[in-house]
Amino acid sequence: MQNRMVWPVMKPDRSALEVLGLTKRFDRLAVDSLDLTIHAGEFYALVGPNGAGKTTTLRMVAGLLRPDAGAVSIFGIDALQNPVAAKQVMAWVSDEPMIYDKLTPLEYLEFVAGLWGIAPSVSEPVAQELLSSLGLEPHRHERCEGFSKGMRQKVALAGALVHDPRLIILDEPLTGLDAVSARHVKGLLSERVKAGCTIIMTTHILEVAERMADRIGVIASGRLVAEGTLTELRQQNGHGDTSLEDLFIALVTLQEAA
Amino acid sequence: MSSATALSWFARHELRLAWREWFAMMTGGRRKRTRAAVIGLLFFAALLHVPAWAVIGRFADLYLPLDKSALIVISATIFLAWTLMVSQAIESVTRVFYARADLDLIMSSPATLANLFSVRIAAIALSVTVMALLFSMPFIDVLVFGGGARWLAAFGLVVAMGLSAAAVAIAVTILLFRLIGPARTRLIAQILAAIIGAGFVIALQVAAIMSYGTLSRFTILTSGSVADHAPDVDSFWWWPARAAMGDGGPLLLLLALGLVLLGSVMAIFSGRFADTAIDAAAYGKSGRQGAKERPFRGGSRQRALRRKEFSLLWRDPWLVSQTLMQLLYLVPPALLLWRSFADSSAALTLITPVIVMAAGQLAGGLAWLTISGEDAPDLVATAPLTPSGVTRAKIEVVLIAIAVIFCPLVTALAFASPLQAAVSAGAVVISAASATAIQLWFRVQARRSQFRRRQTSSRLATFAEAFSSIGWAASAALLLALPLAGIISGLITAGLVAITWKFSPRRE
Repeated sequence: MQNRMVWPVMKPDRSALEVLGLTKRFDRLAVDSLDLTIHAGEFYALVGPNGAGKTTTLRMVAGLLRPDAGAVSIFGIDALQNPVAAKQVMAWVSDEPMIYDKLTPLEYLEFVAGLWGIAPSVSEPVAQELLSSLGLEPHRHERCEGFSKGMRQKVALAGALVHDPRLIILDEPLTGLDAVSARHVKGLLSERVKAGCTIIMTTHILEVAERMADRIGVIASGRLVAEGTLTELRQQNGHGDTSLEDLFIALVTLQEAA
Repeated sequence: MSSATALSWFARHELRLAWREWFAMMTGGRRKRTRAAVIGLLFFAALLHVPAWAVIGRFADLYLPLDKSALIVISATIFLAWTLMVSQAIESVTRVFYARADLDLIMSSPATLANLFSVRIAAIALSVTVMALLFSMPFIDVLVFGGGARWLAAFGLVVAMGLSAAAVAIAVTILLFRLIGPARTRLIAQILAAIIGAGFVIALQVAAIMSYGTLSRFTILTSGSVADHAPDVDSFWWWPARAAMGDGGPLLLLLALGLVLLGSVMAIFSGRFADTAIDAAAYGKSGRQGAKERPFRGGSRQRALRRKEFSLLWRDPWLVSQTLMQLLYLVPPALLLWRSFADSSAALTLITPVIVMAAGQLAGGLAWLTISGEDAPDLVATAPLTPSGVTRAKIEVVLIAIAVIFCPLVTALAFASPLQAAVSAGAVVISAASATAIQLWFRVQARRSQFRRRQTSSRLATFAEAFSSIGWAASAALLLALPLAGIISGLITAGLVAITWKFSPRRE
């Protein structure tokens, strides 16, 4: 049983995630020799059209899919050789919240904390705090079976945060959330990044990537076609002050034409 | 569109949905399996005529008038079939109430809800009746081949039974909603369905044990004392038996009674059916109060996983009702054990196969729920545990649950016959382990709510699980009576489990 981890704010040169030559083929090539480095304490947004390979990439990083080739390193831990140690420091939230209908949010958080081996004396106040900050406090003793998709998403997100991970991987976390809840979640994620946590997020809402992310990666046909801060992306592609949306469309169109 | 046209359109829609649901269940949701499913069904239906002939063939030559004993046996069999139909109908009605897939669409439409729900009630009655006709067909066919066309009247009786069973089920379920509310009805209705389905057989067995010290229910039905207390042969109580044998008057009356009963239920309850469905939907939206405030509990990661599995199993209405049914079926052997405690009655041997089979069946269901029915697979897969650690914790849950249920019975058996208790305990463990292993080899990613359709994902696993339970039960019984035969039977069953492993997709 471990106590809550408190880590110093990482220097930007230390990588939280390194992906080298990651490849996955289903009936077609989904991820094509992808290289990706994400620095510790960074908020990284992965954007791309439908079927570009964003979710497949993140599922391989989270240990949910076995890559055909390539290497994944999380805070220096080889995630393919030592998955248990890698999983200890990260959390995964999918776009489709998967929680237990017959458990209450509090019971769900107790279970997740137990799975990550967090001492009850540490996890219980964190769980209460998370439920409160996500507006789930009045429902903490109700079973999740009647919750809306937004509420379920918030419970799943609380589950990802209750064990205080160093790396959080989020696949479309704002899907189904109303404006108020989405703002709560964004605030919560920003706080985590300020505290030194690393976040990788896929999103279709380019405005969110534009506002929140330190760096943005654009993925198309399983390849990283552009990467950098918004300013860098604009400079790289010769667009002065265009929006991310225009930039995204230009990059994806170019990739599809190639 | 006129009202009548709209209703006939809705009726066609309901029937199409019912047909597709049933067909998907038969084919495992794969359209490519259609031909195989049809051939399999026809083969299975033809095969069913063999046990039907063995069970009922000797009654084909019966002619009216019958004596009281024969009337009692036939009537009891018909009543047993009717209780099973009521049980099935309660399950169908509860499912309709809680399945919210199309309720919003129906309720937001400009159609008269009472009329639409009348059609839905009729569709439930029709599906219960058609299922009953399908299951009774081999038995009635055997009677028709052996005793002549007069037995065709039995099909009419099955229709009357189906209509009345659906009517009773709808009335009971709606009354439950009104009495105890939507929150408890799902659980209570499922328990009620289990009790109604098993209750009559168990009651007969209990009476036979108390009076004659045997598990055979026919002993009580054919006894002189029951015949003495039964009504006269021309009483209306024997109408179902007479109708089955081709007596036209009672048959028409029973058909009319079934129709009137269903019509009355539709007239009285179709309006409330809509209210009840709305209540059920609202229940789902508001959620339900769970456990009271208590501090978080510590322990290992595997312990957290086991605790979660136990909580989910305990809160699963289907599982509670199925476990209750298993326990109900254990009541007669437990009673027999208590009755035969002093003497070393041969009847005592019958307890072992019942226990072993129940353990195998229950373990199979529990193993599916814990291993395949994982509602948050991503969470468990991304947790810092090895996959083998997760699987081990889940298997432990199954075996602990089986031990908790069956230990008291085996311990009681140890006082009467230590050898039999040892054999029973060993067979319970092997039977539960085999069923769990089969579920592990054939595991699929599924939601717990898909439990009812678990058989469709792999027919091989379903049959293997059933044959394994039956095989270990027979082996244990034979080991006590004829040890060599028991060993041979055990080896055959082990071979069957090994072959299942060979054909399983997870043998690597």
